[in-house]
Amino acid sequence: MENLTFDLAKSPLRELNQLLHKEARNGKLGKVTVLNPDGAHNIAVGLDCPVEVDVQGHAGYYVGGMNKTATVTITGSAGTGVGENMMSGKVHVKGFASNGAGASAHGGLLVIDGDAGLRCGISLKGGDIVVGGSVGSFSAFMAQAGRMVICGDAGDALGDSIYEAVLYVRGNIKTLGSDAQIEPMSQADLDTVADLLAQAGIKHDPKEFKRIASKRELYHWNVDANQEY
Amino acid sequence: METKPAQTKYITREESAGYDSKTLDYIRNAAAHGLYEIRGMGAKRKVANFDDLVFLGASLSRYALEGYREKCATKTILGTRFAKKPIELDIPITIAGMSFGSLSANVKEALGRAASEMGTSTTTGDGGMTQEERQSSKTLVYQCLPSRYGFNPDDVRRADAIEVVIGQGAKPGGGGMLLGQKVSARVAKMRTLPEGIDQRSACRHPDWTGPDDLAIKIHELRELTDWEKPIYVKVGATRTFNDVKLAVHSGADVVVVDGMQGGTAATQTCFIEHVGIPTLAAVRQAVDALEDMDMKGKVQLIVSGGIRSGPDVAKALAMGADAVAIGQGVLIALGCNSDSYIQNGVHHPAAEGYAALGTAAGFCHHCHTGKCPVGITTQDAILEQYLQPEVGAKRLRNYLKTLNMELTTIARACGKQNVHHLEREDLVALTVEAAAMANLPLAGTNWIPGSNGR
Repeated sequence: MENLTFDLAKSPLRELNQLLHKEARNGKLGKVTVLNPDGAHNIAVGLDCPVEVDVQGHAGYYVGGMNKTATVTITGSAGTGVGENMMSGKVHVKGFASNGAGASAHGGLLVIDGDAGLRCGISLKGGDIVVGGSVGSFSAFMAQAGRMVICGDAGDALGDSIYEAVLYVRGNIKTLGSDAQIEPMSQADLDTVADLLAQAGIKHDPKEFKRIASKRELYHWNVDANQEY
Repeated sequence: METKPAQTKYITREESAGYDSKTLDYIRNAAAHGLYEIRGMGAKRKVANFDDLVFLGASLSRYALEGYREKCATKTILGTRFAKKPIELDIPITIAGMSFGSLSANVKEALGRAASEMGTSTTTGDGGMTQEERQSSKTLVYQCLPSRYGFNPDDVRRADAIEVVIGQGAKPGGGGMLLGQKVSARVAKMRTLPEGIDQRSACRHPDWTGPDDLAIKIHELRELTDWEKPIYVKVGATRTFNDVKLAVHSGADVVVVDGMQGGTAATQTCFIEHVGIPTLAAVRQAVDALEDMDMKGKVQLIVSGGIRSGPDVAKALAMGADAVAIGQGVLIALGCNSDSYIQNGVHHPAAEGYAALGTAAGFCHHCHTGKCPVGITTQDAILEQYLQPEVGAKRLRNYLKTLNMELTTIARACGKQNVHHLEREDLVALTVEAAAMANLPLAGTNWIPGSNGR
């Protein structure tokens, strides 16, 4: 296992991803430190082995996209779609994240230390997301499965048309979306929040969180639910 | 004098054109249910289509090829712009994207088998890739849809091409729909949804908005696949000239344009009949866009939406398409809307099944119910047995073979050694509408409506 430094100011992104796809898969790489990301898009997408990637600076769109088993850390902020459609592994943004963070993630853990933009956790399909700060409007839109822990506030229409995903919010919720409701926290919920916070390395009292889940009123065509579709 | 009452039966029984029987049914149905009608298949209304065009076969001014002796190539290559491994097909007729969920696993297997035998491609749909279709399909196009149901990087890697779906002809601007009857345990698991719910897919992608974002998304898919696989972009036909330009700008290798006659397994009728433009008009706009950008031949064009026959394929190619995709024609070849289904070589009547849906063979559009009387658009354990993969594959192979024979027959008659040499000059229009939409002269004239200010 070799640790390596890759400077994006000197070599193209294509070489980095090729290296991460081919060499890392052969088990030759332990940790890759990426220098001068300078907001480049698509850094470390489609990883498929337990390699560690440390992006030293800001990343553009889709950093760590469709990740499987790898650990991707971004020391700066991340653009749209960080960790989108992740299957497993971990993506950790130490700064802020833009729109659609963790969109349609099927598994794994996405941690954002700062705030996340619009539509965080949209179409979530089983992944876990922990946001240290606040999330923008339409977060967890149509989220199907998985869990989101939001330590700050949530914007408008949180959990609109949500399915079986469960959201935990510590701060204020501007508005809930259609079919989302606040539910009492059970012991299992407190344990879940404690566990996810521990995994994210963020300290809060789980008792400060509210649980948001689906009313399940939009699951079937219903004449009385007029226009809520 | 004896008086005879004036005859008034044509006045007293005059049907209103605006409020005809269909409209009365529609209003009564709306009043009874408070919910719009949802159905399958494509637009039923009459629109200008490929039937309104004819070929100018060779005569004295052009040299025809012998129908059976002389070669006429049909090989089709898609994805030559950026992909390291373009798709090579034996025929320019592909199978359109249709989901496992809307179709049974047996049907997906039949599609894969027939397509592989004919050297063409099949396409997944909204709901992910099944093992059956990957195994049975030599060339499989994997769709990346707004819902991302079952979307998985492993499947991206084992696909032969990726199709980013922006919209489809039956419902441009709308998302997918799969009613509870079809959300079986397996479908629900693949889509990460509770079993039996009425599933409504998203209409916008979750992680990008607009063409500049799409360019980055396509770049992600290229990076993920190490630039090997062609990336298609599929649009429902509306503002096709602009949409095709933006798809090319975003880095597509192949653009798929689906006209309003294109089918669906379930959507609102108002969508099917009232949103989108006919395929004929869309092909011309798409080709205009490619020519305008000097991208004709560099970015390939696949046309779909109401392609039914060999002549339809030939006309689409002559207008500038590189290939076509067929959905409804394929299902009809398998037995959709047939009055019987075939099991172990025996035809069994399906009339009762149609009657239970309140319809009859030839009129059925009840794909959304999952109660397909011939076992095609279903997830029901009994009904799905009505379509055996080997029977379906054989029928579909015959259909594709017939289309290809008709295509080459027409190409040879027009003097072409390669079906891709068919050109606009080989076509004229039979109606003013078709002439205007296709930008072709009305037969026997040199008049192209709207061209040169005329």
